[in-house]
Amino acid sequence: MAMDHAQILPGTLDLLILRAVSLGPLHGYGILLRIGQISGNALLIEQGALYPGLFRLVRQGLLKANWGTSENNRRAKFYALTAAGRKRLREETDSWNRLAAAVASALAQQPEEI
Amino acid sequence: MRFFDWLRFRIAALFRGSQIDAEMEEELGSHIEHRADDLERSGMDRAEAERRARIEFGGRGKYKEEIHRALGGNLIVTFLQDVRFSIRVLRKSPGFTAAAVLTLALAIGANAVVFAVLNALILRPLNVPNAQSLYTIERGAEKEQSTSYPDYLDLRDRNRGFDGLMAYILTQVGLDTGKNPTQAWGYEVTGNYFDALGIQPYLGRFFHDADEHGSNSAPYLVLSYAYWHAHFQDDRGVVGRQVLVNKHPFTILGVAPPEFNGTLLFFYPGFWTPMVQQEQVQGLSVLNNRGQRDIYMVLGHVKAGVTPAQAIADLNSVGAYLERNYPKDDANMTYSLARPSLAGDLLGPGVKGFMTGMTLLAGLILLAACANLGSLFAARAADRSREVALRLALGSSRKRILRGVFTEAILISIAGGALGLLGSIALLGELSRWQPFPEYPMHVPVQPDARVYLVALLLALVSGFLFGAVPVGQILRTNPYEVVKAGTLGIIAGNSGRRITLKDVLLVVQIAICAVLVTSSLVAVRGLARSLHSNFGFEPRNAMLVDTTLGSAGYSGDRVPAMQRRMIDAVGTIPGVKPVGFIGQIPLGGGSATEDVFTDQTADLRTSNAAANVVVYKISPEYFHAAGTSLLQGRDLTWQDDKSAPRVAVINKEFARRIFGSAAKAMGGYFKREDGTRVQVVGVVEDGKYFQLTEDQRVAVFFPFLQSPTGLTCLVVRSERDPQQLAGAIRSTLRNLDDSLPVNIQTWTEGLGIALFPSHVATVALGVLGLMGAMLSITGIFGLAAYSVSKRLRELGIRMALGAQRKEVLLAALGRPLKLLAIGSAAGLLLGVLAARVLAFIVYEASPRDPLVLLGVVLAMSLLGFVATWIPAQRALAVDPLILLREE
Repeated sequence: MAMDHAQILPGTLDLLILRAVSLGPLHGYGILLRIGQISGNALLIEQGALYPGLFRLVRQGLLKANWGTSENNRRAKFYALTAAGRKRLREETDSWNRLAAAVASALAQQPEEI
Repeated sequence: MRFFDWLRFRIAALFRGSQIDAEMEEELGSHIEHRADDLERSGMDRAEAERRARIEFGGRGKYKEEIHRALGGNLIVTFLQDVRFSIRVLRKSPGFTAAAVLTLALAIGANAVVFAVLNALILRPLNVPNAQSLYTIERGAEKEQSTSYPDYLDLRDRNRGFDGLMAYILTQVGLDTGKNPTQAWGYEVTGNYFDALGIQPYLGRFFHDADEHGSNSAPYLVLSYAYWHAHFQDDRGVVGRQVLVNKHPFTILGVAPPEFNGTLLFFYPGFWTPMVQQEQVQGLSVLNNRGQRDIYMVLGHVKAGVTPAQAIADLNSVGAYLERNYPKDDANMTYSLARPSLAGDLLGPGVKGFMTGMTLLAGLILLAACANLGSLFAARAADRSREVALRLALGSSRKRILRGVFTEAILISIAGGALGLLGSIALLGELSRWQPFPEYPMHVPVQPDARVYLVALLLALVSGFLFGAVPVGQILRTNPYEVVKAGTLGIIAGNSGRRITLKDVLLVVQIAICAVLVTSSLVAVRGLARSLHSNFGFEPRNAMLVDTTLGSAGYSGDRVPAMQRRMIDAVGTIPGVKPVGFIGQIPLGGGSATEDVFTDQTADLRTSNAAANVVVYKISPEYFHAAGTSLLQGRDLTWQDDKSAPRVAVINKEFARRIFGSAAKAMGGYFKREDGTRVQVVGVVEDGKYFQLTEDQRVAVFFPFLQSPTGLTCLVVRSERDPQQLAGAIRSTLRNLDDSLPVNIQTWTEGLGIALFPSHVATVALGVLGLMGAMLSITGIFGLAAYSVSKRLRELGIRMALGAQRKEVLLAALGRPLKLLAIGSAAGLLLGVLAARVLAFIVYEASPRDPLVLLGVVLAMSLLGFVATWIPAQRALAVDPLILLREE
């Protein structure tokens, strides 16, 4: 386990998946790569742990899945954002930003300012 | 319907499940291939790349399961997985499984039997249409059920609350179907009986109101299905055939359906005949006598829309009419309603009380079994803590492990429940076939029904959850790192602490329950033993009862007493027979009659002026001598006390005390009977028991049979001879007198069967429960002792190696179980003494404050402790320190 990879916070995996898929339909391995790419390889996701999240999002109607052929010419299941998924992504992004800003500001306070 | 939709969806999902599984497999496979492609591109060879990709991916099974859970979980699939896994686990420890299943089977079986009896006797109504509106009428504060025929007719015709009131009398006749004349039991019923009940004939027809035109106008018989089957071999040509009832010709009209066995739960009649035939059936008719309350029971359906309270109020207004118009015969004509199946309030409350007690005790057995299994499960969970820790460490969720434990518990409970139910069905079948008194058509109809199965299943599931819940805390607390690090020693250290554990509490509870059961059964056994030796007012040992009814052999009028005298004289000449006498109906034989008596000063002989309601016996001279009833004052009745002599009687001590003040004052005094006859008291005998053992002392009077004739004859023959031989001699002597006379011979002790029946049943039932309680406490103590010895073998070995004495080793190994045993027994004994008060209701002379009982309980529990700890103690003593220390 490389030490420079951050463990992702519980509950943020769904957000990351939605974000990754929002840029275009992807299969599972592709989503993993995309998350790595957009996070600058800073986040570590166990490969298998992705799938329970994917199935959950499909079940909640935030993603839709279709079988297709990948760039490697292999059969793969492609995930794409639904309208509900797009809406959820906006909401989650906003609330994440607010939370991150609040935490960042709390951590940035210097002792003499309190 | 929603449940079925859900079920259909789940079942569809089960079949779709394999498709989803395949798709999931393909998707995960595709992921690994893509990863391998990338790795291959970075220079790895294909095989190595695929291997790496698989390792990186992690446990595919675990993720698949997580996906299933993300999809809402396929309950049935995971359930089946759990079941398969649990069966594998249970099969690995067959001893544990067998012990658990058997323990539960015993407990569930006991509960199923008790519930089936409760269900059959109390919860289930009679097998007639609209049984819920069928009531029997009881009169006065004493809840008398007997009524006279004229009163019945008034009640039937004047009430407005019932859809037809019917009445019946239990009767025994000599029935001659062309072959051997046999005694048969049946009902004399009113003409509307079948119509008011709404029963349809199986064969032929029933009789109706319209068939009756006064006394002896309807010589008809309806046979019960069982009687027809047994005596006519299902011959359908029986309808219209003539048979002889007490030598009078009767016509068989039809056969009742197999499921209809009259309106009294225990008593299966062979036939029904119209009550207007009473003169032929009983030898004399009392249908015109308003004061003669010979009808056994009046019953009917309360009309739709009428509440029982309204029906009672209406009956009471008829009662007031009767009191007004017939003051001589009718007083206290207030009515209440009861269920007819257990003879209303005669047996109902006793049976209910007893069954309530039994249900509670059986529930305690189940609770004890649950406590037992709970500690077994807890011990097992402790043994398996390494396995649990390992599974937790490998990523299994606690929820899944708990589900496994519960699945095991439920599997055991279902297996135990099924086994227990099978056993109880067999036992109940035996019970239903059982005829406790061969001379009476008595059955205990307790076949289980759907309700019994449902209750057994529910009890099994509930107990499964109960004992399955015991190790939950233990599993939730398991810290995988600690357990794996510590090895076996750590667990021992954790468990042998001085603190009180749940297991200890369970064992104490269980032992306390068992001690309650042992106490109850000992109380019952002692009560029975005492009631067998209590004072009945006669001496049943070394006496034979010879029961005959001269009426069914065609005797009537003056021929009856003449024949009775010849019988006494003939039997008296048999060698070895000392005194012989007879009594019409034997005390405690189940059929004593009562009547009102008045003081000599009373002029207005109406029931409300009666001095007492007394038990009436008609006896021959020498009866007291033969029965062993001691004469306290005055003289015995003699052959000179006949029709031409002044009317005399012998009374019991209670009669003398209540009406005359004392036995001495009673001598020579007079009292009046219902018909105004003045009777002089010539003797006083000791008090006795007349109807049942638990009754309050009743007033009784004995009339000479020559002045008060009776067709019923029960000879009491006192002799030291072997009963079997004597019976043969009596039978041949009586056959010489009249070979058509039906005779039933038994010892008086056997004859007391009916009176002692409740005590016998209670003793057997409580004895069985006590035995089960004892077995459960043995397994419980054994389990704990064996477990604590096996867990501490190393420690014991070290102690022995360091020179500990045998006594110290035993104390260390078994001190705790024995201490718990002592605490539990003490608590149980205390509770048992309190609970045994309930027993006094059914078991005569049941007293828990009996030093013998207390001693017996203490002894029994110590013995149980000794037996249960014997094997573990031997194991502890056989410890070889060298071998043990080498092992680790």
